[in-house]
Amino acid sequence: MILNEQQIDRYSRQIILPHVGGKGQDKILNAKVLIVGTGGLGAPCAFYLAAAGIGKIGLVDSDKVELNNLQRQILHTTADVGIPKAESGKKRITALNPDINVVTHNLRLTSQNALELIKNYDIVVDGTDNFPTRFLINDACVMGGRPLVHAGIFRFDGQIMTIMPKSGPCYRCLFPEPPPPGLVPSCQEGGILGAVAGILGVLQANEVLKFVLGIGDLLIGKLLIFDALSSSFRTVKVPRDNECAVCSDHATITELLDYQQQACQIRRDEK
Amino acid sequence: MSVKVRIPAPLQKLTSNKSEVEVEAATIKELVESLEKVYPGIKGRICDESGKIRRFINFYVNDEDVRFLKGDDTVLKDADQVSIIPAIAGGAGENRK
Repeated sequence: MILNEQQIDRYSRQIILPHVGGKGQDKILNAKVLIVGTGGLGAPCAFYLAAAGIGKIGLVDSDKVELNNLQRQILHTTADVGIPKAESGKKRITALNPDINVVTHNLRLTSQNALELIKNYDIVVDGTDNFPTRFLINDACVMGGRPLVHAGIFRFDGQIMTIMPKSGPCYRCLFPEPPPPGLVPSCQEGGILGAVAGILGVLQANEVLKFVLGIGDLLIGKLLIFDALSSSFRTVKVPRDNECAVCSDHATITELLDYQQQACQIRRDEK
Repeated sequence: MSVKVRIPAPLQKLTSNKSEVEVEAATIKELVESLEKVYPGIKGRICDESGKIRRFINFYVNDEDVRFLKGDDTVLKDADQVSIIPAIAGGAGENRK
């Protein structure tokens, strides 16, 4: 693809980067990224990816914009309250960068549609807010062979890790199973500072761009932890679990499951 | 052995909002017991009914996950930094259906 003059101008500040150039910009313009959830994480992630020129961005969200979303979900505006988030996200992205092909998936990710959805994209971003969907996305990306950038936030804490199925550890290698309902407070109960969501969402965008450009080191095999109160980052090692229920040679989960109903019953066989 | 323990946000209610505490312990198992003595109720959040560390909570000694060391028998040295890291969700703020 040959960049037109407007594109050269629009992307000039990243094209001049030693690791990007015209070739890198071309990779970005041809990349296809699926963002699951257009909330606190997905919104800033999508916004930066759109600004960078990611060619195709899929937005998955079944919710409508609410006023209490706007404190952190910067893809949506006051005028969008009541309209589907995926549509509102598309509107804002298109206004920022008309180059982008935004595909809206106004639905909830389930075991029935997950594999079909992710196969049309190069990499997946997890911007969801609940454990059942997080584990479903992880399992789908492992089975479908799609890289995944995971992040989670709670109050002033954030976590991010990039998953390269089969070659690196997956989310289940880190946490084998979701907490039973009720044991961990949700975002609604716990609260979140918008800027913390922004930091993690933008880190996710950074991982995606490095993956697309093939530069730097991705957060594979390590979990990056952010503590907003001390403004500090640290990483811990995440080895591959030889007994992982989904990505090891001894996988016991070979088909996708909807955890909504079953999160409590899923148990890996005790060794 | 005196070790520093980082407490994650979801458990800080039990530690009077402290994000780091110091306890005496020679192993992870002892560390959980020591925490429970000072902050009653915390063990029930960390361990299941059989006393095993819950599978969505990890303990790290410095930057190593104890599941890949000796589990809760992992030995602690003076000045080790222990971190308790649970799975966290939160992000989109979707409405629960």
